Amino acid sequence: MKLPGARVVLECLKREGVDIVFGLPGGAVLPIYDALYDFEGLRHILVRQEAAAGHAAEGYARATGKVGVCLVTSGPACTNLVTALQDAMMDSIPIVAFTGQVPTHLIGNDAFQEADNVGITRSATKHNFLVKDGKDLGPIIREAFHIAVTGRPGPVHVDLPKDILVKETELIWPEKVTMRSYNPNYDGHPGQIKRAARAMLRARKPVLYVGGGVISADAHAELRELAELTQIPVTTTLMGLGAFPSAHPLSLEMLGMHGTYYANMAVHHSDVLVAVGARFDDRVTGKVDAFAPHAEIIHIDIDPSSISKNIKVDVPIVGDCRRVLRALIEAVRQEKEDAAAREGKQAWRAQIAEWKRDQPLRYEWSDDVIKPQYVIQEISNLTRGEAMIVTGVGQHQMWAAQYYKFTRPRAWFTSGGLGTMGYGLPTAMGVQAAHPDKQVINIDGDGSFQMNSQEMATCFTEHLPVKTVIINNAGHGMVRQWQRIIYKERYCAIDLPQIPDWVKLAEAYGCVGLRVTKPSEVVPAIEKMLSTPAPVILDVIVDKDECVFPMVPAGGANTDMILAPPTREVREQAARSQTGF
Amino acid sequence: MAGNGGEPRKHTVSVLVENKFGVLSRVAGLFSARGYNIESLSVGETLDPSVSRMTIVVTGDEFVIEQVMKQLHKLIDVIKVNDLTDDSHVERELVLIRINAEPQHRAEIMRTADIFRARVIDVTPVSFVLEATGDEGKVEALIELLRPIGVQEVVRTGKIAITRGPKTRVKRAPTSRPRVSEDPRVVGFAD
Repeated sequence: MKLPGARVVLECLKREGVDIVFGLPGGAVLPIYDALYDFEGLRHILVRQEAAAGHAAEGYARATGKVGVCLVTSGPACTNLVTALQDAMMDSIPIVAFTGQVPTHLIGNDAFQEADNVGITRSATKHNFLVKDGKDLGPIIREAFHIAVTGRPGPVHVDLPKDILVKETELIWPEKVTMRSYNPNYDGHPGQIKRAARAMLRARKPVLYVGGGVISADAHAELRELAELTQIPVTTTLMGLGAFPSAHPLSLEMLGMHGTYYANMAVHHSDVLVAVGARFDDRVTGKVDAFAPHAEIIHIDIDPSSISKNIKVDVPIVGDCRRVLRALIEAVRQEKEDAAAREGKQAWRAQIAEWKRDQPLRYEWSDDVIKPQYVIQEISNLTRGEAMIVTGVGQHQMWAAQYYKFTRPRAWFTSGGLGTMGYGLPTAMGVQAAHPDKQVINIDGDGSFQMNSQEMATCFTEHLPVKTVIINNAGHGMVRQWQRIIYKERYCAIDLPQIPDWVKLAEAYGCVGLRVTKPSEVVPAIEKMLSTPAPVILDVIVDKDECVFPMVPAGGANTDMILAPPTREVREQAARSQTGF
Repeated sequence: MAGNGGEPRKHTVSVLVENKFGVLSRVAGLFSARGYNIESLSVGETLDPSVSRMTIVVTGDEFVIEQVMKQLHKLIDVIKVNDLTDDSHVERELVLIRINAEPQHRAEIMRTADIFRARVIDVTPVSFVLEATGDEGKVEALIELLRPIGVQEVVRTGKIAITRGPKTRVKRAPTSRPRVSEDPRVVGFAD
C-alpha cells in the first residue's frame, strides 16, 4: 500500500514507540502537520521557538532513556535548532530531530527558507541524513533511531524535502538494522577487566570518578555494588550527579572546577583512579599535568575516542558501563585483597573524612538577604531529594549541583558540555511531558531564564506544571564572579537590573508568579510553589555578591582551589595562573 | 594531549567508507574541526562500487594520529581505518607538469622525462605537458630538475597507497548499487 511520505514518517515514529513530538510547524513540514491532523497515538507539543523543541526532546530522552523527538521546518528553524543538537552531542543525549527542507528540485537554489541543513548540522550531530527518495524514509528513520540510542548516544538529524513528504511511496520497514560501518563494542576486554580489578584491590588510595555515561547506561546499581564491595569512594562529574546517592558515606559529591574540596583532594592524591563513563573534560581536570599525578588510570567508556584524548590512560576498557561494571564486580569477587591494601584503604577513608570535616561546602548565613545556597538546600529538603531538577547555566547551576542532595539517576538535567544558557525551562517541559505526575523544578538564573522565557506559554497551554525558581541576582553572576576574582573587579556588561518583573511576566503568560526577598519567606514560598498545580515562577531575590566556592581558576591545578571570597593576594595569584579560559 | 606523543611525522591513512554523498565533507570536516592538517587526500571507488577508499596523508605525533584514527572510525559511514605507515605498502602519486618548451630546451626536457619514466602527453609550439607517477620523493625531484627551465603549472593527485600483504576485503553490500560512472548525470569520467 502506498502512502504519502509524511504519513510514512508518522507511521515510522509510531513503530519506533514515539509518543510525544516537540515541534513547531512551517512551510516545508506542512505535509507532516497535515498528516498529524487525524493521526492517532502521537502527542504534539507546540513550542514557541525551535531550540526549545530540541531541549524538550533532550529532557524527555534523559528522563525516560528513550529517544526524544523534535520536528521543525527548514532554514531558520533548523538553524535555531542547532544549539540544542550540539548540546545533545556534548552531553550524549539520544534525540532524533526532523527538519523540513525545500523540495529536492529547489535544493541549492537559494529558495525561500532554504539552508544547507545537513551541512550545518554535520558537526553538531552523531550522524545526519538527507532523504532523497521516498522509499528510503523507513530505512533511514530506523537507522536514525538505532544510531541515536546505541553506542555513545547522541543526536541524529533527518532532513525531509517537501516533495518527498508529499509523494506517495511504499513504507519499507527493515525488521533489523544492520550496518557494516557501525557496530559499537559493548563488552569490555576480559583481560583488561581483570587488570582493572587487580589494580583496584591493590590500591591504597583509590577513587571512582563517575560521569554521565553511568546514567546513560543505567549502570547506577552496578556502580553502587562495586563501590560498596570494594569500599572505594565515589566522585561524580556534573553530568554524573544522581548516579550515586549524594548522602552515601562513600560519596565525595562533585569534582572539578566547582567541585568539593574533598573530591578534588581525593582525586589529586589517589593512586588508582577509575573513570567510568566520564571523559576528562577540562572543567574536571583543570591543568592536565597536575591532574591525579600519582594515579594509575583505568578508563571505562563506550567511546574509544574518549580514551587517552586528554589524559593518558593506563588500563583502557572500551564497553558499555553496565556490562563492564558487572564483569568488574565478578572479577573483583574472584581476586583477593591483601591486608596491607585493606588497611591502606581504611586510612584513605579516614583521610577523606578529615578533609570532609575540615572543608565542607559552606556559605555565610544572613538574616537580611537571601543566600542562593540556602534556597537550593530548602528545595532539596522539601522535596527530599526526589524531585526532577533542571537547571540553566551559571552560578545557580553550580549551587544546585553542590547543594541538592541527589538520590537517584535520571532526575538531574543540566547542560554540562555546551553550557547552554536558556536550557532550563524547555528541558523541564520535556521532563514534565514524560512524567506528568512528578515534581519538575527548573532552578534557573535571571540571565539564563531570559533566553527561553517564552516557553512559559508552552507550559501554560500544554498543561505542563513546571516549577521555576529564579535565583535572581540581577546580573550574569558567573561572569561577575570571574570579573571579580580574575579580572580585578573590572565589571563589564553584567548587570541585568530587575527587568522584566518576573511575577508580572509569569502572570502575562498565564502562569503563577511569586516573589521573595527575605530569608524567612523562602520556605513558605517553596511550599506554596510545590502545592500549586500549575506552572509557577518563583522569583527569589538573592545576594548578588555571592560567589560559587570552591573554585579552581581555569587552567589551574585542582589543588589550587579558592575556598572563600579571596583576598587581594589570592586574586592576583589567580590572575597570574589564568592560562585557560 | 599535545607535546608528549613523540616527534610529529607523516602518516598514510587508508580509510574505507560507504560510497554515499557527504562522506568526503564528513571526513574533511573532522580534520578541520579538530585542527588536524590534511597534507593530501584522494578518493576513489573500490572493487565494490558501494565502498570508496580515501588515502589521507596527515602529519602528527603518536597521540594526534591515535585520535585521528579513532575519530575517523567514529564517523558512522567509515567502515575501516588503517594506518599504513609502518606496514609494508607501496605508494604512488601522479603529477601533471606544464613546462616552457622553447626549442633549445626540448631535448633536455625529453632526457629528464626519460630518466624519470615520465611521458609527454601534450605538445604546443611553446610548451609540453608531462605526466609522471612515483612516490613523493621522485615527483619532488622531477619538479626540482625541471624548475630552472620554467615550470608553468603543476597538478598533483595526492598520494594513493596499497598494502603489499594480504589485501583488505570488505563484505559486499547486500544490494548492488549502480556504479557512479554509469550514472547519466555524471560527466567527466575519463573512460
